[in-house]
Amino acid sequence: MGNEAAPLLEMRNVSKEFFGNKVLSDINFTMKKGEVIGLVGENGAGKSTLMKILFGMDVIKATGGYGGDVLIDGQKVIFNTPFDAINAGIGMVHQEFSLIPGFTATENILLNREPQKHHFLSEIFGERLNLLDRPEMSRQSEAAIKKLGVEIDPDMMINQMPVGHKQFTEIARELSKTGTRILILDEPTAVLTEHEAEALLAAIKRLSEQGIAIIFITHRLHEILTVCDQVLVMRDGLIVKDVPAGETNVAQIAKWMVGRDVKSDADESREKAAHLLKEEGKPVVMSIKRLWVDMPGETVRDVSLDVNDGEILGIGGLAGQGKLGIPNGVMGLYPAGGHVVFNGKEIKLNSPRECLDADLAFVSEDRRGVGLLLDETLEWNIAFPAMQIHSKFLKKRLGGLVKWRDDKAIANVTKKYVDMLEIKCTNTKQDAKELSGGNQQKVCLAKAFALEPKFLFVSEPTRGIDVGAKALVLQSLKKFNRESGVTVVMISSELEELRQTCDRVAIIANGVVSGILPATAPSEDFGLLMVGHKAEEASNE
Amino acid sequence: MTKIKSTESFGKKLLKLVKNNPVPLMFVIICVICIPLSGYSAGYLIGEIITRIARNSFLIISLLIPIMAGMGLNFGMTLGAMAGEIGLILVSDWKVVGIPGVVLAMIISIPISVLLGWFCGKILNLAKGREMVTSYIISYFISGVYQLIVLYAMGPIIPIKHSSLVLPRGYGIRNTVNLLSMRQCLDNLLAIRIGSVRIPVVPFLIIAVLCFIVVWFKKTKLGQDMRAVGQDMEVARAAGIKVEETRIMSIIISTVLAGFGMVIYLQNMGTLNTYNSHTQIGMFCIAALLVGGASVDKASIGNVFLGVILFHLMFIVAPKAGMNLIGQAQLGEYFRVFVSYAVITVALVMYESKKRRANSLTGLKLAEDQEVAK
Repeated sequence: MGNEAAPLLEMRNVSKEFFGNKVLSDINFTMKKGEVIGLVGENGAGKSTLMKILFGMDVIKATGGYGGDVLIDGQKVIFNTPFDAINAGIGMVHQEFSLIPGFTATENILLNREPQKHHFLSEIFGERLNLLDRPEMSRQSEAAIKKLGVEIDPDMMINQMPVGHKQFTEIARELSKTGTRILILDEPTAVLTEHEAEALLAAIKRLSEQGIAIIFITHRLHEILTVCDQVLVMRDGLIVKDVPAGETNVAQIAKWMVGRDVKSDADESREKAAHLLKEEGKPVVMSIKRLWVDMPGETVRDVSLDVNDGEILGIGGLAGQGKLGIPNGVMGLYPAGGHVVFNGKEIKLNSPRECLDADLAFVSEDRRGVGLLLDETLEWNIAFPAMQIHSKFLKKRLGGLVKWRDDKAIANVTKKYVDMLEIKCTNTKQDAKELSGGNQQKVCLAKAFALEPKFLFVSEPTRGIDVGAKALVLQSLKKFNRESGVTVVMISSELEELRQTCDRVAIIANGVVSGILPATAPSEDFGLLMVGHKAEEASNE
Repeated sequence: MTKIKSTESFGKKLLKLVKNNPVPLMFVIICVICIPLSGYSAGYLIGEIITRIARNSFLIISLLIPIMAGMGLNFGMTLGAMAGEIGLILVSDWKVVGIPGVVLAMIISIPISVLLGWFCGKILNLAKGREMVTSYIISYFISGVYQLIVLYAMGPIIPIKHSSLVLPRGYGIRNTVNLLSMRQCLDNLLAIRIGSVRIPVVPFLIIAVLCFIVVWFKKTKLGQDMRAVGQDMEVARAAGIKVEETRIMSIIISTVLAGFGMVIYLQNMGTLNTYNSHTQIGMFCIAALLVGGASVDKASIGNVFLGVILFHLMFIVAPKAGMNLIGQAQLGEYFRVFVSYAVITVALVMYESKKRRANSLTGLKLAEDQEVAK
């Protein structure tokens, strides 16, 4: 291993831009043999991008490479593909399982690296007709499983395994690669039960004793304190803290993660508090009980939530914890179960039409897929749902036998919302696909406004739009709520924007509500809820 | 798992069997009803079935490998059938008779099949997820090319010496090519008789060898790669398996085997319908495989033989049963086409509904978890 004094891995001034948008800057850290580093940060803090650079993922090169140097054993390395990184001894376990469901653990561990036996036909027709050496495969996979120190059946099919065993299989695969020295674990415990997570943590410790360095990404902060030697906290593309795990605690890390104390606008918070006070007496308009939603990647397990009449309720949480599943489940876009009562009436789940008939509206996070008719004009996009559901903008002819489209009314209403939301377009007959992302988002809002709903779900309204448009979208939502008295539930990954816009904010972690706080609560409290500390725990610490 | 199974009642097991194998069971029922109505003797039926197993199995086995590679039912096997036909036409013209003729026809079909299979595989790689409909249309497209070659190029460009093969106008091949010189030469070689039943030993041996090769192939690196690609292309790619190349290989192998299968099929028939023989062969083979209990993503050698037996048993008995019942023999022929399409439709629908059922299962699991948590 050449130079013993040099650290195993070092990053020097690493930075990365996506199309002029700086997502990482000035990343410096070093890592020794057998060291366990905990990497934490909110979504979008740059953790994934950093790991992609280290693992040589194609997307990095395709978007113009990165700045700074990555050194292994003191030597500068450049990984063009993940295979280069693997050859250098880096193993990565991704968040999504990368396993073949109908294969056994052994077959997955040695996927495409199976030991083979030559015979005369493969001499003629080439290597790929070699037979697999099953006994040797079993031996190697058992060795890898043993190294990890967990109990999994090497002959069990992946699709019959509990989630934890799948995770172990993936780690065993990285270990079975010769010379794996650095292991990146991207939120390995997110899907595990507590018991499984403990076994994994024990395995991490064992691996570190064997000299394997581990980068451990997780949102469960107490895990970091248990197994890690060093903690790196990232925020907005920077490493804001690099401290030994022994010198910090959960509350501190959570605070570093969410960071910047909001400039408390005294007037605004007073206005908010007053509004909140006013709303507290208000009746519950929607009551969600024991909701589950099967939305891939955003599973909701057991959510019970009351929404008060006329308030703006924020729903926040880290990606993949289930916050997006709530509106999608209630509105019937993904299979769901449980009870939703709106205005005293039970809403039937899994039936979008019924929700719309009950004057609920939904602005989807998937604006190109669900939100817009991309090949149609603005007028159509804004007026179509209202026409379809409430028979607005229709002129009755022949005593209601034939319904005629009222183009003039459609043009008028479109004009009204174009002005109100400052949608930048050449005219109201422009195709929706020609607009920029921010303006498309505004059209989605206008569409929902035109329905004149009593209740509005808005999902990720500011995702992927620029700062100016963001402020306007949030403002118009607020205005819509305050002036028309419409109850709004807004789902967003950005805590700050929820705190600015909403009256109360519910945080979802692991498919359940981990707590509801007034928007004026300090941000570290929200941070603790996000990483899965229940409200009472948070106040204790 | 085993504990749950043993406590399951017999009724539940039966229900499960019916639920998992509706198509084969339906055919068993049809056959059970039709056999006594047809009035055929057991010896006759067994003899017929044995002939048809020898004739068709090879073709159907050629479908197994693309299914393993996750490319669904390979309607493109017609391409191989055409390659086999071209081989047979040339061999008849060259007057190579008997077994050497059959072997030579197979050898000629290999390069043509490889080329067509490579082309088909390339196109299917551009249409991932829609392999079946794409391969179905490709088979029509290549059928047009085949007609062009056989109708116009054979004679002027590809020399055909014997006028018995050529259309009266001087070029192009006649509608039927007589394969008398090769007729059943494989079947009769070393054939043995048990009672009234003749057993064609050599085709059975060939089929047995092919089955062995398919089983062996699953154990090779290439076979393992195909299974991986078939289950999850992206995971396979991330592990460094050459996904596209592997898929093309599976189609090439299937096409080459289909070419051999067609030669075996036609030497048994004894005549080649130049412009029709291949058109429905793909569909009948696929229908037979599905009748045997295979699905779009899963098929075994057992499905092949069960399918041949049930599918052809029905074809033998249905016309006679129809004749005896309502005095119309056409019923059988009508059934043949109607049932083939129906079976394929049912299989495709079931494949989709099974996927959907698997999806709704995760929902049920979530509801269950809530109960446990409570």
